[in-house]
Formats: sequence, C-alpha cells, structure tokens
Amino acid sequence: MTDSGLGEELRTRPDAGHGNQLYGPQHDVAGAAGHLDAPPRMGFFTDTSVCIGCKACEVACKEWNAVPEGGLLLTGMSYDNTQGLSADTWRHVAFIEQRKPMGGQEPGVSHEGVDVFDAASRLGTDPASPGPGATAPAPDTATAPDPAPAGAPAGQISPLAPDGRTELRWLMASDVCKHCTHAACLDVCPTGALFRTEFGTVVVQEDICNGCGYCVPACPYGVIDQRKDDGRVWKCTLCYDRLGVGQEPACAKACPTDSIQFGPLDELRERAEDRVARLQAAGVADARLYGEDPTDGVGGDGAFFLLLDEPEVYGLPPDPVVTTRDLPDMWRHAALAAASLAALAVTSFVRSTGRGRR
Amino acid sequence: MSGSDVTRKGVEGERPGRDALTGDAAGRRRRRRGRGERSMVPDAEFSSYYGRPILKKPTWRALDIAGYLYLGGLAGSSSLLAAGAQATGRPELARVAKLGATGAISLSLAALVHDLGRPARFMNMLRVFKPTSPMSVGSWLLSGYAPLTMAAAASDVAGRYRLVGSAATAGAAVLGPAVVTYTAVLISDTAVPSWHEGHRQMPYVFAGSGATAAAGLALAAAPIAQTGPARRMAVLGAALELGVFQLMKRRMGLAAEPLEQGRPHLMLRTAEALTAGGAVLAALSGRRRDRALAAVAGAALLTGSAALRFGLFHAGVASAEDPKYTVVPQRERLEARERGQEA
Repeated sequence: MTDSGLGEELRTRPDAGHGNQLYGPQHDVAGAAGHLDAPPRMGFFTDTSVCIGCKACEVACKEWNAVPEGGLLLTGMSYDNTQGLSADTWRHVAFIEQRKPMGGQEPGVSHEGVDVFDAASRLGTDPASPGPGATAPAPDTATAPDPAPAGAPAGQISPLAPDGRTELRWLMASDVCKHCTHAACLDVCPTGALFRTEFGTVVVQEDICNGCGYCVPACPYGVIDQRKDDGRVWKCTLCYDRLGVGQEPACAKACPTDSIQFGPLDELRERAEDRVARLQAAGVADARLYGEDPTDGVGGDGAFFLLLDEPEVYGLPPDPVVTTRDLPDMWRHAALAAASLAALAVTSFVRSTGRGRR
Repeated sequence: MSGSDVTRKGVEGERPGRDALTGDAAGRRRRRRGRGERSMVPDAEFSSYYGRPILKKPTWRALDIAGYLYLGGLAGSSSLLAAGAQATGRPELARVAKLGATGAISLSLAALVHDLGRPARFMNMLRVFKPTSPMSVGSWLLSGYAPLTMAAAASDVAGRYRLVGSAATAGAAVLGPAVVTYTAVLISDTAVPSWHEGHRQMPYVFAGSGATAAAGLALAAAPIAQTGPARRMAVLGAALELGVFQLMKRRMGLAAEPLEQGRPHLMLRTAEALTAGGAVLAALSGRRRDRALAAVAGAALLTGSAALRFGLFHAGVASAEDPKYTVVPQRERLEARERGQEA
C-alpha cells in the first residue's frame, strides 16, 4: 500500500498535544479523548496457554451484564457452540483441535513429597498459592513453572509418541472486544453512542445508539454486532460499571486459571512479555503475543492475547488496520471527485453554448 | 475416540456439520479461484477458525443502503443539472432535474431512517458532528441539502418566490456533488475488504455513476430539445465511471475477486453494459432527435447506475463473509514486512 504524503501528514500531525488521533502509537488514549486526570488505562491480558475451556468467562459475562441468550445450537465445532463474539456473546471461548504436541502429560511422575492438605492449609497465606480472591498474582509467581517433581524434566515439552504419532493438542482461547487504541467502531459512530471511557476502554451508550449499524462492518475484528430484536449494537464494556467501583470485570473474576488477567495495561504488557519469554524458553516456540504492540495497525489493543498458533487459527485477523487510518485520504479523494463531477457538469453545459443550443 | 479422528479432508464451504475435523485439516482450506477474468493472485491457502468469517457482515439492508447510494447519486447530480439548466434557460430540463433530486433525496431519507435499528432515534444523527464518521458528515450534509432541493422544486412548481428558488437551486448544486461522492467514503471507511480497498477510486466511480443516473432521468423525462447537456453528461459520466471502475478493480488486489463472482459479478457486468449502451444510445438519440430512443437510453442509464451500486454492495457483503479476503492480504502484508526487516 502506498500512502500519499498528504494523508500521512494528516494522520500523524500532532493535534492539541495528542498526536496520532487516527493511527499510530497513542500513549494517552483517555487524555486524547478529553479525560483529564484519567486513571491508568485498564485492559485484559488473555493467556490462552492456561485456558482450560471451562467457559466460566462466558457465563459470568452473561450473568453480570444480563446478556440475553444468543441461540441454542450444536455446531460440531469441537466444544464451541457460541461460535464467535456477537451482540449476545461478549466473551467467546474458541476450541481448536490440532495434531501437534504441546506439553503432553508426563506419566509415572512421582508425587511423593507433595502434601495436598498442607498445600490447602497454606492457601491465601503464601504468595505462591493465593487465596480465592486473588486473580492477578505477582508476575513471578504467576509464571514460574511448578517445582518439577523428580523424574519429570523441568520445562520440557514431551516429544512425539514412540510410534511417531503426534499428539492431539487442544487450543482454547477466550476472545473478547479488543478495546483498540484506535477504535474504528468509535471513530465511525455518527451519534456519539460509542465513547472512550476514562479507563481507555470503548463502551456503547445504549440510550444513545440508534442502530445505524455503521460500527458493525467497521470493526476489523468482527466484534460488535446488532441485536436483531432490539436494533441497537452491543459489545463488551470491560464491565465499565464494575471498574467504576474498583472491581475487576466479571470474566476475569470468574476465570479459575488466571487465563484472563485484568489490570493496568502497562503492567499487563510487562507480565505478558515475561510469560511469553518463559514459555519460549520452556520449548513452546509457537507462543506469541497478539495485539500488545502499540505500533500495530490499531495502535495496540486494550485487550491482548498470548496465542499458541497463528491468530487466524483462532479466528483473529493476522494484521488488522483501523479503517480510519485511510480516512484523510478518502475525504481528499471524495473532494476531488466532487470537484470532478462539478467540472463534468459545467463541461456538459459549456460545450452547448459554444455550438449553439441543441 | 472416533470423534477426533474422522478425516483429514479440509472443510469446504460453510461451517462443518457433525464431523469435527482435527489437526491440520481443521479450518485449513484450499480454495480454488472462481472464474474471474484475470488471475490476480495465486491460489491461497490460509487458516481460519472452522471457515467462519472474521468480520461481521454489514447489518444494512441492500434495498435501503444500496438504494440510498444510488438515489443519493441521482439526486446530487440532478441538482447540478438543475442549476445548469436554469442558468442556461432550459426550464423543462430544470424542472425534471429539480423534481428528480427532491424525489430521490426524499426516498433516500426514508430508506436511511427505515434502515436504523431504532428509527425513532434518527434525530440522534444530529447529536454530534464527527469528521471521523462519514455517516455523521453525511447526516449534516443531507440536512442541509434535502431542504434546499425541496425549496428549489417547490418554487419551480409553484412559480413563486423565484429568487428564493434560484438561491436554493444554486445551493443544492454546491452541495450536490458532495452528496454523490461522500457515499463512497461511507462504505469505504469500513473493514469490509471489497469496499475499503477501493477507497481511492470509489468516489470517482460514484461521481460518474451519479452523473449517468441524473442524465438518464433527464433523457427519459425532459423534451429532447433541452437535453443536450444531459446527453453529454451521460457520455462523460459513463467514461469516468467505466474507466475508473476498471482501474479500481486492478488496484484492489484479492479484494477485487468478489466483484467477479456470482451475483455481484452479474450485476456489475449488467451495470457496465447498460451504462455503456445507454451512453451510446443517448448520443444517438441526440443526433436523430428520437424521443423514444432517448427514453430507452435514459432507462438503461438509470438501471445501470442502480446495478452498479447494488453490485458493489453485495460484493462487499460477500467479501466480509469469507475469511479469505481478510486473512490472505493481511498475511501477505505481514510476510512482506518480515522480509523487509530481514533484508
């Protein structure tokens, strides 16, 4: 793609102290949206390597946000019957079955020396085993591999089975609205129903939305959608109501494995870097972060992921770009085209007077 | 474990039924190209999540929104024709164009409100002004333009308040071209591959198509002695539309493929034939002073312009429904970037 110089200039020109309004890194999203003294930007880090596909996030989201039923269907897509994010599914757990090894079970591991009752009695008193209330333990304890029992090679992924057959690996990932730095849905919303909160998240005001549906094809991730019987559009609010009173979103609260981690985005990014480095050191070469890069096509996601395969395998676009990046270019061409049309009309009339009326 | 070892054949087409596929077979699809005219990219193999689309397809109804794209083009260009006709003393042509603009824009407004999920809240469109939202810009544009066309037409029909009518006609002619071309930005400013990738050329295509539609209406409804400018407008508009449309398809890469397949292909081919044929007939009708021929030309141009908008609309929807058009170009972009970094 070649971009014209003018479009580039419009896009990246600093504007009132907040540059990159349409595209590029933006370190103060709430400030750029007009929030003064905003709290740190909050977000999700979804570590799919520890997702167990329990769908507690889907359920908790539905319960807390009173999201209606979105259709009952058996799809045959592994354990996935919700199929994708929609107006009535704001957290969606994807299930992918692959013939690839991924840290398979180690049989015959010695468990001597592990006293489960002792471990249980230490719950909540020891940072290494936080109690039920904690969902985001310190990075070190969250990511450190368990002390390897004798006989099990620490941090190694089991190789192919002896007969050469690769194992089935099951990828599970909880998808959610990305709360983009440059959110196309928000940019194109004509009513102002979609807005940027002080936490840097993107929320629909249901009392404003008139159901024009423009945000639906604008989203590069296919997140937001219209509820047919209601007419308005709906998506994850990152539990704006809970954030306002200092609580974490329902899905993160419900996640039993801390696959969904909630917190200030800067901290989550650090935690994610650490986690992906550890996984790769442990031999999971496929581990990669998705959406964490502030220089990507949407300026980085407020909700980013650790994936174990290419993004498209999970139904995520590999390199999304916010459509409004090209908007200055579009307006310029529309203006030129309008001028061309006017000139075309004038030509149609001018020629006639030159040759006499026909 | 029969459920997990069913077959290794790829999933073709829609979501699988009861046979969950595992491993490399799951979600991997090898797609054959449709019978396009040109080979734009080699066969692409790509991964997807059970073949499901990544994007949400537009919720817009084709009749409302494609219809609006068409009627907006017809109205805006008719306003240009009306102003020109009035300035050069062609009252019949001016009246046809003014009434056409008013009728088309009134139908447009009805279609736009009808397409809202909450039509009663249509006034929320004027709650804010957002240059980042083509729909917001368009709402303000229409709220200025529509009353002007109505005032112009009302004054013309009633034969009163001529000065106000002239001013309204001129004002509508100033806003008219913007009404025509902004609709291209409206659909290009989305993640829909076949709409977005044409964002540089689409406004010119719409400008040409709007011109042919307005010319078509004038040819069909105004006396042949006054439609000289309309005939020239038809020829110039058709040349602009057809020329830039070819350029657009070449520049769109893989996203041009939905324009060359199935129903959108049929519609766009029809649009091209009707527009080209209509323009030729329009020129002929002027030479032969044949009113019937002019009416046929007008009908062809009007239908051709509509077919173009509906074809483009449906092609966009098709491109959003197939993950290929989202994944493959993005994957190629990523790989090109990685190669660039290595080099």
